[in-house]
Amino acid sequence: MKNYDTLIFDLSVKGRRGYTLPKSSYKDVVLPKKLLRPAKPELPEVGELGVLRHFTNMSFKNYGIETNMYPLGSCTMKYNPKVHQELAALPAFSSVHPYQKDKDTQGLLKMVHGLQGFLSSIAGMAEFTLNSFAGAHGELVGLMVMKKYHEDQGNTQKTNVLVPDAAHGTNPASAILAGFNVVEIASNLDGTVDMDDFYSKLDDHTAGIMLTNPNTIGVFERNILEISKAIHDVGGLLYYDGANLNPLLGMARPGDMGFDIMHINLHKTFSTPHGGGGPGAGPVGVAKHLAKYLPAPRIKKEGDHYAIDWTLAGKLGQISPFYGNFGVYVKAYAFILTYGKDHLSEISKMAVLNANYVKESLKDVYELPSKALCKHEFVFNGLKDKSTHVTTLDVAKRLLDFGFHPPTIYFPLLYKESLMIEPVETESKQTIDVFIGVLRTIAEEALTMPDFVKAAPHTTIVRRLDEALAARRPILTYDQFKALDSLA
Amino acid sequence: MKAPNHLYYSESHEWIKVEGGVGIVGISDYAQDSLGEVVYLDLPEEGQPVTKGLQFGAIESVKAASDLNAPVTGVISEVNPDIDRTPELINEDPYANWIIKIEIEDESELESLMNAESYLAFCENAA
Repeated sequence: MKNYDTLIFDLSVKGRRGYTLPKSSYKDVVLPKKLLRPAKPELPEVGELGVLRHFTNMSFKNYGIETNMYPLGSCTMKYNPKVHQELAALPAFSSVHPYQKDKDTQGLLKMVHGLQGFLSSIAGMAEFTLNSFAGAHGELVGLMVMKKYHEDQGNTQKTNVLVPDAAHGTNPASAILAGFNVVEIASNLDGTVDMDDFYSKLDDHTAGIMLTNPNTIGVFERNILEISKAIHDVGGLLYYDGANLNPLLGMARPGDMGFDIMHINLHKTFSTPHGGGGPGAGPVGVAKHLAKYLPAPRIKKEGDHYAIDWTLAGKLGQISPFYGNFGVYVKAYAFILTYGKDHLSEISKMAVLNANYVKESLKDVYELPSKALCKHEFVFNGLKDKSTHVTTLDVAKRLLDFGFHPPTIYFPLLYKESLMIEPVETESKQTIDVFIGVLRTIAEEALTMPDFVKAAPHTTIVRRLDEALAARRPILTYDQFKALDSLA
Repeated sequence: MKAPNHLYYSESHEWIKVEGGVGIVGISDYAQDSLGEVVYLDLPEEGQPVTKGLQFGAIESVKAASDLNAPVTGVISEVNPDIDRTPELINEDPYANWIIKIEIEDESELESLMNAESYLAFCENAA
């Protein structure tokens, strides 16, 4: 039933019910007319078994890490061990209420405090807060810390945040939301900072710079210490976007590179649900001189006793109702303990090895602009032989026929035909070899039967979709769909 | 790739044509080709001031979103209503389908823009 494509509205039969409601005990209550809808909503009328089959069949169409490899660049999509989900679901963790007294939740507070400590030592920062709900939220909090710091210093002229043109889109968005102007700096072909452009835009107005390291191309920023010194020399701060932390675990620490503020995407690096699978968490770490600005509440340790400190004085204020997403912390904490201090670096080593293996295995048929040893990810600029006019989009569509989720395409904008691949550490060599084999087959097909590749996918339930039309005239409701049907 | 002779071009790939103190602005053939199919334009209001080199709107395609930058300083006198409804017109003919008109403050600013010949060379280098 992988090709199941029935809408639940098509299953609807007038009068069919999957439920009965008890008689209302509020017969006398008459709702004001303005609160009543003029016509009954058009809901599908389907029996319970029909609903069950419908959604079960729909679920077979899901693609996820549990069905096959997910080689997205820019988003670390690793396997999250099931035991961490089970631990987070233990009643002692899942039944606790945020209003319970500190004395009743000492074990939980100890764990949260411990996770903050783990993250601080992994990243080389003085302190972490677990208040923020996602990476982008963490970025915003980090930039708000930057803003508050400059306000306290009386640095009213520091209005600009430098952001490389190859940065994740959230970077400029966070800076703007925190009240800064964004000044774009150019990147070299390997995604590293163009130092001439950096120096030309660095001045007394610079409040800070936001960097990922390794960058979006998967290349380590070799001038990071020089950038760090230069930005600190003008009184600015260095912000680290933790989206690309996966290849650094146990190998290098942002704090040692001079970063003052950073966020970590627990869902990318530390085994917690990703994206729509949320909830997420984007802990924010800071250097010692910025710790006082972290938002409330903070977990305090006094002797052997842990307490939640709600003091707002000097801090950013509050950015979440309690203390972030607790269940996520259990998973991240378990993940870090599972590997242990001495073995976290295995994650990075395997992630880097896998990425370089894929890159080296395909660079004779796909164009590789940056020849450097990559970290956890790398970017091809489409097929090497461009004479057939088979594009990155065509390659991505053809991958669907072989059952693979396509990698990130057309990002970053540094190259015209970006194909961004991150195989992560949790894929076996056998799976990676199949993926490489498929990409080689597609490169071969591009030469021998380019029109076939350009018409892909061929085996999926829908063929090549008109993405432009879908964006220009989106059909978002059943009514719109019906109207379209009656036109056809 | 086309770049008509009577237009001025900016490094961010806008073109401008001047008719009686009013600048008519659109994006170049190179720009529409690099963007791919245009699906949405974020357009400014009439009467809004614009500054040379700064953003006045945004354009989105299936591949990317890009800023639209003003090639000259002035005030927006008209916004093309057709492209708001049918953004694909930009792909069909980027030179016939202008985006905004600007009451130009200082026509000497045009001198810093490129003519068709140097713009084509500029695109060649970028490729």
